[in-house]
This record gives sequence, structure tokens and C-alpha cells, in this order.
Amino acid sequence: MLNYVLRRVAIAIPTILLLVVISFVLMYAAPGGPFNSERPLPAQVMANIEARYGLDQPYWKQMTTYIWNVVVHFDFGPSFQYRDRTVNDVIAQGFPVTLTYGFWSFIVALVVGVALGAAAAIRHNSWLDYLAVGISIGAQVLPNFVMAPILVLVFTLWLGWLPGGGWQGGQIEYIILPVIALSTSYMASIARITRSSMLEVLNAGFIRTARAKGLPTSRIIWKHAMKPTMLPVLSYLGPAFVGMITGSVIIDVFFSTGGIGQFFVNSAFNRDYSVIMGITILVGVLTVTFNLVVDLLYAWIDPKIRY
Amino acid sequence: MALLDIEDLRVTFTTGDGEVNAVNGVSFSVEEGETLAIVGESGSGKSQTAFAAMGLLARNGRATGQIRYDGRNLLELKQKELNRVRSEEIGMIFQDPMTSLNPYMRISDQMAEVLTLHKGMTKRDAVAEATKMLDAVKIPDARNRITMFPHEFSGGMRQRIMIAMALLCQPRLLIADEPTTALDVTVQAQIMELMAEIRAEFGTAIILITHDLGIVADTCERTLVMYGGQIMETGPTDKLFERPTHPYTLGLLRAVPRIDRDDETLSTIAGEPPDMSRLPKGCPFTPRCAWAHGPCPTVRPELLPAEGFPELRRACHAPVEEVK
Repeated sequence: MLNYVLRRVAIAIPTILLLVVISFVLMYAAPGGPFNSERPLPAQVMANIEARYGLDQPYWKQMTTYIWNVVVHFDFGPSFQYRDRTVNDVIAQGFPVTLTYGFWSFIVALVVGVALGAAAAIRHNSWLDYLAVGISIGAQVLPNFVMAPILVLVFTLWLGWLPGGGWQGGQIEYIILPVIALSTSYMASIARITRSSMLEVLNAGFIRTARAKGLPTSRIIWKHAMKPTMLPVLSYLGPAFVGMITGSVIIDVFFSTGGIGQFFVNSAFNRDYSVIMGITILVGVLTVTFNLVVDLLYAWIDPKIRY
Repeated sequence: MALLDIEDLRVTFTTGDGEVNAVNGVSFSVEEGETLAIVGESGSGKSQTAFAAMGLLARNGRATGQIRYDGRNLLELKQKELNRVRSEEIGMIFQDPMTSLNPYMRISDQMAEVLTLHKGMTKRDAVAEATKMLDAVKIPDARNRITMFPHEFSGGMRQRIMIAMALLCQPRLLIADEPTTALDVTVQAQIMELMAEIRAEFGTAIILITHDLGIVADTCERTLVMYGGQIMETGPTDKLFERPTHPYTLGLLRAVPRIDRDDETLSTIAGEPPDMSRLPKGCPFTPRCAWAHGPCPTVRPELLPAEGFPELRRACHAPVEEVK
């Protein structure tokens, strides 16, 4: 097991390096640069600025210097856009916010999604099943940029229960709407996967055995059906969690929460190379980590998988 | 009084194509300690009869009639009462041991939960008891192997484990639904031997559902032949096999390959199994029966004592010996 983890980490390193190289190349291949504006700067000024940020160096040199700094000093460099801040500052400011509502969105999507999907499967072809399927289809076709304004309209403008934006250090009332807006479509997907997975599991021979053993339904569901039901859900959760953290651009923009999504978009518009790279690497590391966690959970659920 | 007494059992499935009548008015009983075989081809309703008794019908299935066990009609029991009958009174094993055990749980957990639930044992006592039972069904090194997962056992071993699990509460009746169909021939023989030993040791009555007539001839006192969801013929196995008089039983027996005869081709029953959603009004075997005449397609034959063979009961308008 430990061996497997070490091997996976060892594979992750070249994966992330490759990610860095590709992002770097793509970024530089795009026309324009961080200091191009509508009114061109005098040549001497431009040269000074480029020298200051190392942009006058050949690309391969820039890239190796960058990788060296990240790996050895854990320094993602200065932001080209916010003159007084480094990329580390930007991530330190935005990431906790994203992580907070991303985490809660994940929990809500998982708990509500699994509960809804399982209830639908257990009461297959009943009104509860149809209701659950209806909710999940409805929730799936409502993207978060539609959910967000609807939520604000209802809960902020009409009912006046919750603030329509801001973060305030993550007080609960500021978290609720972003979490609902972000988690809804994930919740719907999880409900759908859970439902079809559990329907299949409940038809399995070993569930019939469990019934023939005289076990109460609750025990059959929890002890016998839940683990195999979660296998396909689990493979969705890894990418979903990363998606909730990176796909939060809309949330950041709409609710002014100030997470990394906002910085990510701005940096792309402004050719803020170091911020783009910093957030890309962060997301890459998260993706690799969560895929590893999912694989380990797989082994925990399915005894046939041994690493 | 019989241990299990089934009267006019009907099982109907509601499907997109209408009602499918899998079992159509079946009545029989099982005595304490007896081994009864239910034979018939696929779709004859033999498994659904057993599933109905255990309350294991698919969601779209409905059973009517009476299934009396110990004077109680199992079809009328509440879920909780039925759960007490399962395992404690009637144990069941299934066709495919590869899928009948939960692949995600240790054997010890799967077996122990039966005892902790039904007998109120502690987990530790339950595992000890389960180990004893695995020894009884001849799982080698049961003490260590009980903590393994199902995929670490062969098919035959898994069926042994299923049998051990079904016997944990010492039920008075064991229903075995094609227990050897998915196993290879040598393993089949071992499993049947095991079932015979269990019967001798625990005095458990057994309902053996199978289409393997060889197994039936060796192990079962009484046989019940089903076709189209109805009982065609029933009686002591030796009598039934010795001189079959029902055209379907005859056809079944002729289709068994025999090593002591010089047959070039294997005899078959012409035609196809009936469509259970469109059964004929009379005897379901009529379209495939060489002896069919007058009342066969329109009047359903009753299951009556056979003339000249008092132990046999058959449902037929045209028994073989009369035509000859």
C-alpha cells in the first residue's frame, strides 16, 4: 500500500512537470504580453520592465528559472498585474475562500445527492423516485450562472434573508448562497449516478441472499448495498471536487467572494503569466492528489483491488 | 401435519407486455425431513414457486394462494415476521455461488450477522459458531479462511459457504435453487453428497429445484414435475422414473443421455417452452405433445391419482399407457 502511494507520487512529479511545460508554452504562444496596453510604452521603459521580470531571457531559461524557483524556494514569483503582491500572496488570499465554499459544496452535493439517489432507487417507480429524478434533471439543467441570480433574486431581493454577495471572513450567511449555487448541478449528477448504481446493486444476487437471510431492509441497504453503490459515485467525486474548486469562477464573480477563480480569469485576460502558472499548478496538484485519494478509497471498498 | 403446505399458489408478474403467469395453481406439501425435487425446464415456474415461499419475488411479482408453514400463511406475514422465518425456519441457497455472496464483505461478517441478528449472539460467539459450521461443510482451514473475501474461494467452496450460512440457525427446511447448475460436474457430486450428509445429520427437509434428473434419481424421495407453471406429475422418484406415464415426464427422461444404450442422437422434446403470457386454456404441454387429443387444448387437466399407480398423481388427459 505504502509502496503504491510512493509510486503514484513518483509518477505525479513528471505529470505536473509536463503540465507546467505545456501551460508555459501555450501561454507564451498566445500573442501579446503582460505589459502591452493600448498606448505602447516607450521602448526603453518596456526593456527595463522586461529585464526586471526576466522576460528578456530566452523562453527555455525563463521556464527553467521558474521551475527552479517553484521547486526549491516554493516561490511562484511576483504577479505581473498586482505590482505589490506575489503569486503566493494571491493564492494565500484566494485559496482559503475557494476551499471553504468548495468543501461545503462538496459535502452538500455528496450528502444530498447520495440520499436523494438512494431514496429514489429504494422506492423505485414510486412518486418519491419520480420526484427525485425530476429534481435532479431540473438541477442539472440549471447551470450555476443561472442558479446564482435566481438564488439572489429569491433569498436576497424578495425574502431578504441572506446577503447577495461578499465574504466577510466566511461568516455562515455569506457562505450559504454560493454553496447552493455551486453544489446544485454536482448534487444532481451524484443523485443520478447513485440511483442507477443502487438500482443495479439491489438486483444483485447477494442482495437476494441478504433478504433470504432475514436481514431488515435498513441493514441490507447500509451493510450490503451502500459500498458497491458508491464505487461509480467515487470515481465521479475526484474530478467533481477539483471542478468545484476551479469551476468557481462564476461564484467568485457573481457573489464577489474573492476566491482564486476570480484571480484565474483576470490573470488570463491580463497575461499575468505567473498567476496563471501558479493557479494551474495548484489545480494540477489538487487533481493528482484527489485521483490518488479516490484510488485508495477504491481499494478500501473493493477487496479485489490490492495495490 | 406437513412442514410446508402450498395450496393453489399463483405467481403473476406485471410487465410492459401485460401479465405473465409464472405459476398457475400449484399445490404440494413437504414433510419433515423429506427431500423433494422440483424438476422442469427453464421458465417452468419452479424457481418462482420457491421465491414466493421466501418472499423473494421481484418487485413486479405478486403471489396468491396459501403457503402454510407451521400453520401460518407465509404470504400474509408482515415483513418483520417473515424475516424471522427466513434463516430461522427456512434457509435458501441459490444457483450461482459466484454472485450470491457479497463480494465486498468478509465471510466472517456475512455469516456472523445471521447469528447476531437471529440468535442475539455476540460477534465473537457468532464467528466461532460460523467457523464450526464451515468445518461441518468441509471448508479446509476454516479458522483462518473465514476472514477471507468470497473471491478468494472457488465456486464449489463458495456454494459450501452458502450452505453453511443457510444452516446457521438450523432451519427445518432448506430450499436449494439449482445449487449445482453453475458448478462443474465433479464439484456437483461433492455438493450433492454434502446435502445428503446435512440431511442425515441435521434432519433438514430439502426442496431441491433442478433440471438435472440424474441428481434427482440419486437423492430425492419424491419428485414433482412442473411445466408451464403447473404440476404435471408427482410421486415417489423411483416409481416416477421407472414407468413414466405423463408424456412430458417421458420426454424429459428420454432426453437424458444414457451411457448404457447405443443411441446415436440425443432425444429431445420437439417445440419450444410456452410463452407464459399466452398460455393455452387447457394443458400447457398440448402444442408439444404427441399424445394430445380431444380435451387437451381446451380443458385444463386436474392433478389426480393415476389409475393403476396409486402413489402417482398426474395432470393429463392422455397418459402414455392408455394410448398404447
